[in-house]
Amino acid sequence: MSTVIKVESVSKKYVISHQTARRYVALRDVITNGAQNIGRRLLHPFTKHPNADTREEFWALSDVSFEINQGDRVGIIGRNGAGKSTLLKILSRITEPTKGRIGIRGRVASLLEVGTGFHPELTGRENVYLNGAIMGMAKSEIKKKFDEIVAFSEVEKFLDTPVKRYSSGMYVRLAFAVAAHLDPEILVVDEVLAVGDAQFQKKCLGKMEDVSTKEGRTLLFVSHNMATITSLCNKCLLLDAGQLVKQGRTTDIVLMYYSQGNASPASFDSAVMGKLIGDQHASLLSGAIIDKNSRPCSEVDIREPIKITMKFKIHKPGNYNYIPNYHIFSSDGAYAFVSSPQAIDIMHPGIYETECMIPDNFLNEGTYFVGLALSSFESGVKVHFFERNALSFNVKDPIENVPTRREYTGPMPGVVRPLLDWTIRRVS
Amino acid sequence: MKNQTEYSLIIEAGRTEKNYWKDLWRYRELFYFLAWRDILVRYKQTAVGIAWALIRPVLTMIVFTIVFGKLAKLPSGNAPYPIFVFAALLPWQFFANAFSESSNSLIGHANMISKIYFPRLVVPTSAVIVSFVDFLISGAILAALMLLYGFAPSVRILTLPLFILMAFGAAMGAGLWIAALNVKYRDFRYVVPFIVQFGLYISPVGFSSSIVPERWRLVYSLNPLVGVIDGFRWAILSDNTPFYWKGFALSGVIVALLIYTGIFYFRSTEKTFADVI
Repeated sequence: MSTVIKVESVSKKYVISHQTARRYVALRDVITNGAQNIGRRLLHPFTKHPNADTREEFWALSDVSFEINQGDRVGIIGRNGAGKSTLLKILSRITEPTKGRIGIRGRVASLLEVGTGFHPELTGRENVYLNGAIMGMAKSEIKKKFDEIVAFSEVEKFLDTPVKRYSSGMYVRLAFAVAAHLDPEILVVDEVLAVGDAQFQKKCLGKMEDVSTKEGRTLLFVSHNMATITSLCNKCLLLDAGQLVKQGRTTDIVLMYYSQGNASPASFDSAVMGKLIGDQHASLLSGAIIDKNSRPCSEVDIREPIKITMKFKIHKPGNYNYIPNYHIFSSDGAYAFVSSPQAIDIMHPGIYETECMIPDNFLNEGTYFVGLALSSFESGVKVHFFERNALSFNVKDPIENVPTRREYTGPMPGVVRPLLDWTIRRVS
Repeated sequence: MKNQTEYSLIIEAGRTEKNYWKDLWRYRELFYFLAWRDILVRYKQTAVGIAWALIRPVLTMIVFTIVFGKLAKLPSGNAPYPIFVFAALLPWQFFANAFSESSNSLIGHANMISKIYFPRLVVPTSAVIVSFVDFLISGAILAALMLLYGFAPSVRILTLPLFILMAFGAAMGAGLWIAALNVKYRDFRYVVPFIVQFGLYISPVGFSSSIVPERWRLVYSLNPLVGVIDGFRWAILSDNTPFYWKGFALSGVIVALLIYTGIFYFRSTEKTFADVI
């Protein structure tokens, strides 16, 4: 596979001025500051330049390097301010890097915001042409694809209505439809699908996947929705504070993102992390996902069981009934289930370990996050600690020889995929 | 190891793009689309619509004719005063509109600039094109006016495109400067209306430039619009007053300088537009 994007130690610096909250500079300030500086220089010729401390350099990206192959669907994840949007802006030539270089093979189309360049007074039809032209399409090209764009957007009926009368969903649909039919070799998409209904979002994701897998085009996609990332992208980049933390397979990177720099998502130790989790009664010490050989593992075959273990310390004697419990979330943040032991003795001060087995053929394929908690009942529920996303693991489906599948090879929906007892009787 | 030249695009700090003009050519239809949008949008939700393009210049012409022709009784050569005024009003209004529209064009497209890549030069240029359409409409008024007065132009009218080009250059050059400066210093938003208002009085729109004392005429021609307006009058009115070539040449040089430095300044700052706008 050939490299279509090669990013070599790219950095981007912004200068933040602390003096004014305004984004742009007024000439007046430049002149008065200049005059003040001259005055200050004359009075105090040996002090440092007074402007030096009012401006601060901010590196939105620092020394980022990676390569992307043709046909890759690359997710870019990271917290707010990690530099994701800056990276996309540089790749789509909106802004220039301060350092470094990027080589790109092929035409880049970027969709950083839905409907940029749409004019509210113009009709849907007029805006399709206008927006297409802004994104670099020729008029003949737009004409050729016009029907396709309209069919995809599902706004045929309102094509001759000014878009200012559109609902936000219709607006997004039309705008995305134009961008999706750009036919670029490289498509760069920022989190734009947050608006619009779920069905259309699915359609857009499907379109993006199609464009990539069937036509061999490359996709760069920024999202905070890990479910979307895991289902769409085959590779991921994790950015944090302007630096590329790691790149690799989507599941690994997503796990890493959730565990927030935790070296392995399959185990964690509060002593190593230098974090105190808990209250005066109890605190969490460590946790792990282990396989049948008692080794930490972040990836498990759907046909194998895994164990979730947790170590915690009880500080104070008491007549509390401490109840350890595990919270399992699927990759989109929804609860899969909560589990706690069936019988619990009163725990005296000391270190305890709990272990819970998740059976084979139970959870469906996908990424799961584990929250570790300890609570007690005494005039209501008291939570002593609850570490959400403490651990994570990925359930893999090898597809062949999976009892819950038989010959079927398509996607299996749902959070669980248990092997249940069935009976088949002939009744007539 | 693959050769770097294989990449169709290299992004690097401070790289003056080799294919800048080629890129601009690829986006040529955007000039048309942006201008088309502005014209389409301009008269939406107005009662008389496109008639505004006629009303404004006609009213200005009437006022000027009364003030300068009837009240101040300034000379107009052999041409009727309305035609005399209109021949100058035509390039002046084109310049004034094109200049103020293109000056504000970049900040008017701030959202587009910070979210989409396209050659930034398209924005101020298409603003000038929109004003050029108004110019053509006004040109039709002048033609009607000449018919009304039975005033026939001479062959000199064939040189008119040259002067139109000069007006275009003046508006474009000044517009590019202010548009680029406006991105960083919003002060220029307030400077522009002032220049336009002031310029109307220091340009020979309501009067002939021949009333300017001889020893000041060359200095007067530092205003590039003086050359443009003189040229328009010379081409349309075919009057016998000798053409002031020295002044015209100076105005021409100023226009060339404006457009050259305008493009240069615009290109050197355009990479930072998205960061500061």
